[in-house]
Amino acid sequence: MQNKKPKTFENSRADIFERRDFIKLLGGGVIILFSAASPLSAQQKPPAGGPGRPQGFGGFGMGGGATDLNAYLKIGEDGKITCFSGKIEQGQANTTALAQMAAEELGVPHDSITMILGDTDLCPWDMGTFGSMSVRIFGAALRSAAAEAKAILMDMASEQLKTPKDQLTCENGVIFATADQKNKVTFAQLTKGQKITRKLDPKPAVKRVSEFTIIGKSPVRIDGRAKVTGQAKYACDIRFPDLLYAKLLRPPAHGATLKNVDTSEAEKIPGVLVVREEGMVAVLHPDPEIAEKARTAIKAEYDVSPINIDESNIFDYLLPKAPKPQLSERKGDLAVGEKAAATVFEHTYLNGYGAHATMETHSACAKMDGDKMTVWLGTQTPFPAQQEIARQLKIPNEKVRIIAPYIGGGFGGKSPFPQGAEAVRLAKITGKPVQVSFTREEEFFYDSFRPAAVVKIKSGLDSAGNICLFDNQIYFAGTRSAEQLYDVPNNLTSSYGGWMMDVPKIHPFNIGAWRAPGANINVFARESQIDIMAAKLKMDPLEFRLKNTSNARLRRVLELAAKSFGYTGAAGPSGRGFGIACGLDAGSLVAEIAEVKVDKGRVRVKRFVAVQDMGISVNPEGSKMQIEGCIMMGLGYALSEDIHFRGGQLLTKNFHNYSLPRFSWMPEIEAIIVKNDELDPQGGGEPAIVPVGAAIANAVFDAIGVRVFQMPLTAERINAAANK
Amino acid sequence: MNDKIRFKLNGKQTELDVDGDRKLLWVLRTDLGLTGTKYGCGMSLCGACTVVINKEAVRSCMLPVRNVQGKEVLTIEGLAQGDKLHPLQQAFIDKGAVQCGYCTPGMLMNAYAMLLKNPKLTRDQIIAGMENNLCRCGSHKRIVQAIESVAKR
Repeated sequence: MQNKKPKTFENSRADIFERRDFIKLLGGGVIILFSAASPLSAQQKPPAGGPGRPQGFGGFGMGGGATDLNAYLKIGEDGKITCFSGKIEQGQANTTALAQMAAEELGVPHDSITMILGDTDLCPWDMGTFGSMSVRIFGAALRSAAAEAKAILMDMASEQLKTPKDQLTCENGVIFATADQKNKVTFAQLTKGQKITRKLDPKPAVKRVSEFTIIGKSPVRIDGRAKVTGQAKYACDIRFPDLLYAKLLRPPAHGATLKNVDTSEAEKIPGVLVVREEGMVAVLHPDPEIAEKARTAIKAEYDVSPINIDESNIFDYLLPKAPKPQLSERKGDLAVGEKAAATVFEHTYLNGYGAHATMETHSACAKMDGDKMTVWLGTQTPFPAQQEIARQLKIPNEKVRIIAPYIGGGFGGKSPFPQGAEAVRLAKITGKPVQVSFTREEEFFYDSFRPAAVVKIKSGLDSAGNICLFDNQIYFAGTRSAEQLYDVPNNLTSSYGGWMMDVPKIHPFNIGAWRAPGANINVFARESQIDIMAAKLKMDPLEFRLKNTSNARLRRVLELAAKSFGYTGAAGPSGRGFGIACGLDAGSLVAEIAEVKVDKGRVRVKRFVAVQDMGISVNPEGSKMQIEGCIMMGLGYALSEDIHFRGGQLLTKNFHNYSLPRFSWMPEIEAIIVKNDELDPQGGGEPAIVPVGAAIANAVFDAIGVRVFQMPLTAERINAAANK
Repeated sequence: MNDKIRFKLNGKQTELDVDGDRKLLWVLRTDLGLTGTKYGCGMSLCGACTVVINKEAVRSCMLPVRNVQGKEVLTIEGLAQGDKLHPLQQAFIDKGAVQCGYCTPGMLMNAYAMLLKNPKLTRDQIIAGMENNLCRCGSHKRIVQAIESVAKR
């Protein structure tokens, strides 16, 4: 061994609070328990059209939220305010937005609140960070709780200052008599030494929009400094003096079975620890590079069952295996619609497997202290991870602590935590802290891909040019964002399997949620179909959309997008390369217009305008940042990202053959948030990615008159369609 | 067989007694505890591991540590002057150029080296120079704006 001077783990945000500090914290102060199902303020309406419910999750993970306590807000005896949330920070600045929401109700600066996220010992249960729900669902409950805390403090101050509440003012944690500012008391003085768990009934109202001073402003993200100085700790950055880096033997293909293995060469490398247990062969060393060398020294033979599938025939392979459909969005009668149709349009839309390709690979550091296992885990789901790891170790949940430090990108890919299960197993066996951090090749191999999916749409136009039929058949994508946005009298959505479950297993890989799961192909299909019908009528696609929808929020974002873009009506293909698409996701409505140039089949997106109605935007710059991120990430699924494989063997291994959007791809982006104070905050992390593929496909058609039915829209596919 | 490697790391004279074949990235991240420099791909494809060596941006994931013998290495941990952030770091915060933050150290070090060579970078030069640094969150627009704001000074 070299003269190593490993650093111990310190300075992590997630480690600020030791358990004993937390118990000490609980010793005094106001503790408000609240549930994510807390009724939202009576003064604000639920979303119009009923999209306020979390979409696309079925019954999964909601965990009976009505009774599960979902967060603690702590006003300590020192006056310091701490907010605990089971959510995690994967880059979308939910930490900052949640701090703003709590601060608004408490009347304190947002950066005076300490945010503790994703620690199962400190934070209340949460199903996970996905579905654009941090602000929309958790944030709403947090606001209610903060409002309640504030009301309790005002009651206490009123008693102490012997002044009626309506004659008190509260500023920055100080409550004083409005008429006599010397007659005052601080939050700290009120909570000191007291242990109060009051609850108010009825619940006090949250602030009105007109009273906002923090919500609706755009302070910079509170984790910015840690991230630009290299101090922010991710799971792969956790260090202990006796840390071992583990590398596990990996199969050459999914579905391969290990025939025999010879670790003798690996064992000869000084300091290497070899662990062979049921279903696992691992080599460990204090130097990750030596551990990697030891892994390559393992000789293993596998049986690989040949499955004759690849990205070209996967759809034919999957379709006959589709489960029975679930029906939704039923309206009228498809047979009646077909009879009324003057023209019927039948098309099939395809999308292959897609990777999350987060910049941080799946990483975990597990450490056993006595009978307690602590795991620093790059995960979107700390609580489900706690439960699963406890189950695997056969120990009670409370003997497992998951700490989700900063997450280097998630997008749904870090809901699964295979690396965590491996790290805890090895930490238990070796008795040492163990880190498992995937290589990029492992990351592609074990990623839970966006499943390959097929959407078949049969639609019809009546003689007046109105949509009279929409038969939407979705295979393997689920129904997210498949809600019909147009006024169609005869409509049905049939969903044959989704992204959430692959039981019985039909996909050759792991599948799962990929940013707005299923919504991207659903909207690609619907919005392409809409354009096809508009083109048949020789009608401007914007005009056709407006003619066929009475949804006021949708009409508004469409009209604003057209105005911002400087769009003028023309039937497609106009040669200008303009493409429109719109979508509803996580309660937010988005209209997007792309301008493209197509050169020998290669698409260059020159300009992209997105207009989003997300209700109240808690942090408008943060919301715009998410829209911009959605557009950039959307370029990838629309134009380049496709997993290459032969059977269970991944040919996509690193960034050289999985092309992520780069700086030179960047269009001129304009992200606009529509003012809508009538509606509580809706989703922000995903909605804007949903129409990107369709907007680009429609723009390609408008540019060169070629319709492509499969994403990504590679030059090969565009040229093939052009030569048909 | 270990090598004695002497170099300047973030302004401090540093001496290592290590196998010179080891990659700089892992020596930084393990022996030296400087975890701000990130692993992303291991093949110099993504730029997350970018450090600055003798004023040049270098991918540390494939660089044998013996190659830094006698050189000056700057990592993200050495970019600020004490508590005072480098203007690029401040610009990344102010322009909202950070999301998950994992690519950020590599982005900053790459941009820093570009600005050393040409403090008056144009927008097109910035885009071309940042091309091989990958960001999955899609912060590209704001990263360019942040670098531009420093280049304009």
